Amino acid sequence: MDGGRGGERSEDLATGLGAGSAVRSLLSRRTPLVDPAAQLRMLDALELANGDFEVALKAAGFDGLHTRGVSIFQINIGKLCNMTCRHCHVDAGPDRWAETMDLETVDACLAALDRTNATTVDITGGAPELNPHFRYLVDECVKRGKHVIDRCNLTVLLLPRCADLPQWLADRGVEVVASLPHDRRANTDAQRGDGTFEKSVLAMRALNEVGYGKGDPARRLTLMHNPAGAYLPGSQAAIEREWKASLQRNHGITFDRLIALNNMPISRFLEWLDSTGNLAPYMKKLTDAFNPGAVGGLMCLDTLSIGWDGRIYDCDFNQMLAMDADMERPHVRDYRPELHDGRRVKTARHCFGCTAGAGSSCGGSTS
Amino acid sequence: MSHDHHHYYDRAHLAEFGKVSDASPDLGKKFFDWYGAVFAEGALTAREKSIVALAVAHAVQCPYCIEAYTTDCLSKGVDHEQMTEALHVAVAIRGGASLVHGMQMRETVKKAGM
Repeated sequence: MDGGRGGERSEDLATGLGAGSAVRSLLSRRTPLVDPAAQLRMLDALELANGDFEVALKAAGFDGLHTRGVSIFQINIGKLCNMTCRHCHVDAGPDRWAETMDLETVDACLAALDRTNATTVDITGGAPELNPHFRYLVDECVKRGKHVIDRCNLTVLLLPRCADLPQWLADRGVEVVASLPHDRRANTDAQRGDGTFEKSVLAMRALNEVGYGKGDPARRLTLMHNPAGAYLPGSQAAIEREWKASLQRNHGITFDRLIALNNMPISRFLEWLDSTGNLAPYMKKLTDAFNPGAVGGLMCLDTLSIGWDGRIYDCDFNQMLAMDADMERPHVRDYRPELHDGRRVKTARHCFGCTAGAGSSCGGSTS
Repeated sequence: MSHDHHHYYDRAHLAEFGKVSDASPDLGKKFFDWYGAVFAEGALTAREKSIVALAVAHAVQCPYCIEAYTTDCLSKGVDHEQMTEALHVAVAIRGGASLVHGMQMRETVKKAGM
């Protein structure tokens, strides 16, 4: 990206929809936690009973985690985002210009996709819609008959350049997986910035208007809930029932399903935990809630995670911790399913985030 | 784990609550089994039961229950405003319960007075 264009777009985002948040990216503040190694060290330094993830796996009868092929091809096409949420594990924001997937890498992803049996392409970011090649990537995946997921922060749909996106996505049968921390204003705005809830309501309404969230499998609207704080989400099914009733009653909005995610103790959420004295209690909560029944459904077992620069990881969280996949050349250009599937997943303490309670993945509860 | 006994209430007791039945495990098991069944999804949702529990916790002024059910309500998606409304329900009943005893006072005054 050239600097001039970057500056112009940054301003556009900051004066538009990124303005409600008092949070800034770790990178812009140059805090030591920008370094993924510092994050891993902070977690490892905690005195934590039963805090060795591989030991916990072994005790539960698993000899490590091994991938079993790729059914979900997840591409993180950049860290640029119009929002700066307090809990973001990507450290995304309007300032994250440099990390945007270029066209050559998008094409390398498509070529790698064609070598897999993946049925789903899961596009994430940042706000993936801000990548200039987003629509090309979606079209190419749809052409290949893939189920495409757009991980959408909702507010991005209110940017003028995205005004036609709801209809555009609907025409292509793209599933919208939209982040909404809570069905009520206070908790949503606390995590994502003032005014976010109102904007999210407008965006969901726009999606409803083009047929999303009404039971049509080709226009599926999934809401993704994660707690606004240092606690685990309750029953996914119970929260879905509650939200369906309350969003309908209070805002006339409908959606198809809800998935609940645990917050990962990395990046900005790690910083928040640490600065509020919640880190040790939260990690204890995660390890106490270790659920062997959640292991079999972990996303890392059948997901390939690709970063904006084409590097390959076992999951989006490992990606943010710079723990690349156990391959000789972990790059999408060099990916060969016959060589690389069945590899051992790299783990560390943050992995307790996915095995706690009902389990947590990009697809929601895992048990 | 042993604790200093400078205070009547100790936060660590909450996590160790199960040990309360060390001396009578059969009774303890009966209580905790029943407790679990009380809070299961039923004609009321588990969420509704947690809100009731939070209100009652304030009425009986149990700090352990207040911590436990505040966290539980958060997990179940109950926000601060909703929890505060539940708190006021408990407070209203407590206040009303005192006030309604004023009827007894009133009757006594009427009977004894001229």
